[in-house]
Amino acid sequence: MKAMLAAFAAMALIAIGSNMVLNEMGFSAQDRASGNAVRLDN
Amino acid sequence: MFRALIALLLTVSFLSSAMAQEATTPDRAETGGAQTLADIIARQNGEKVDDAFRRNETGDPDSAAAITGQLGTLGGASDPDLWRALRYGSANVTASNNSHAAGVLVQDGGMRWLLFREGPLQKYGSALLAVTLVLLLVFLLLRGRIRIDGEKTGRKITRFKAIERFGHWLLAGSFILLGITGLVSLFGRKVLIPTFGHEAFATVAMASKWVHNNVSWAFMIALVMIFVMWVIHNLPHRTDINWLLKGGGIFGKGHPPAKKFNAGQKLIFWSVIILGGSISASGLALLFPFEINMFAATFEKLNAFGIPQALGFGELREVLAPHEEMQYAQLWHAIVSFILIAIIFAHIYIGTVGMEGAYDAMGSGEVEEQWAREHHSLWVEEELAKKRAAPESASPAE
Repeated sequence: MKAMLAAFAAMALIAIGSNMVLNEMGFSAQDRASGNAVRLDN
Repeated sequence: MFRALIALLLTVSFLSSAMAQEATTPDRAETGGAQTLADIIARQNGEKVDDAFRRNETGDPDSAAAITGQLGTLGGASDPDLWRALRYGSANVTASNNSHAAGVLVQDGGMRWLLFREGPLQKYGSALLAVTLVLLLVFLLLRGRIRIDGEKTGRKITRFKAIERFGHWLLAGSFILLGITGLVSLFGRKVLIPTFGHEAFATVAMASKWVHNNVSWAFMIALVMIFVMWVIHNLPHRTDINWLLKGGGIFGKGHPPAKKFNAGQKLIFWSVIILGGSISASGLALLFPFEINMFAATFEKLNAFGIPQALGFGELREVLAPHEEMQYAQLWHAIVSFILIAIIFAHIYIGTVGMEGAYDAMGSGEVEEQWAREHHSLWVEEELAKKRAAPESASPAE
């Protein structure tokens, strides 16, 4: 049971971590596809 | 009289040449070479139309009439020429969006993808899952729960270490989440929006997408963990043949001998590794749009082996628009996922309600010795022999 709960906690951590890492690395579709002239945030 | 004869001969020869022409290429004189009503109807009926007559008519400045000429065009390419070039993806398009797909303005493969996704994919995919569940229920009613036949010993034997159970639950937990969120994405427009409305579905869809995209990494990590930890126990062994011939002892008396994993479990293992690996590959292509293109290369290899030709599909297309790569990735991702979900339904069934004592293997990791003797007799002997050989003071592996 402990292994199962640890795995589920790890799953949540991996999901949040991967989202942060990929965003930091500029892997969002916005960063990859839009040019300098595009300002989606504003 | 002589004149009339000449006229008749000319008419006959003209008609016969016109008919010969019609046999090879349709007569498009009435539209001046553009597509005819027959072409349009054929296309709408889904028939194959040789569109070379307009696909290549995208303007040729070299052979154009001079600009000053009566029939001259501006630069040698007319508006229809330009539209045809856009229609068939050969126009020189410059876009401020620097995605690989930005230069493709018209992509008709999208309609085939949409219709397949909303039609056969959803219909047969949901039918597969429903039929699997019904079969499992029928099996439970016919066979009942598989009980431990012999007297329970009260002794426990360690079947899976904590790290093995961790890997299993990381894979299982992420797979269930990915399965649910994937089905939410697939059935959103057709089922969930009509049922719950746009507002409610928008929130669910956004959460689903976030979970599906990010939990995928946990699935891929767990898949590698499981492969590394268990591949050695899942290599084929001669006992597997006997196990399969006896149908795993599911019906009738007695249990065929098995090592740590029986042939049925090995089939589950390799299904998870191969199908899960394939789902991961197509999933990565979808996670990074237009960056990982696998299908044109795969089709090229299949064509070289002659597989689609032998199956009657003819040669598969080896040049695909960026969107088509994504569309094939999405369909493949969903089809293989449906198959793996159906297999995992059976796995969950046998590991929980289907068999007494099976859940402990992944729950606490400790199984009843009698259960192990019945289902994994060769493995129990190995484990007990190891225990006898080890010094008394040695602590368990956990």
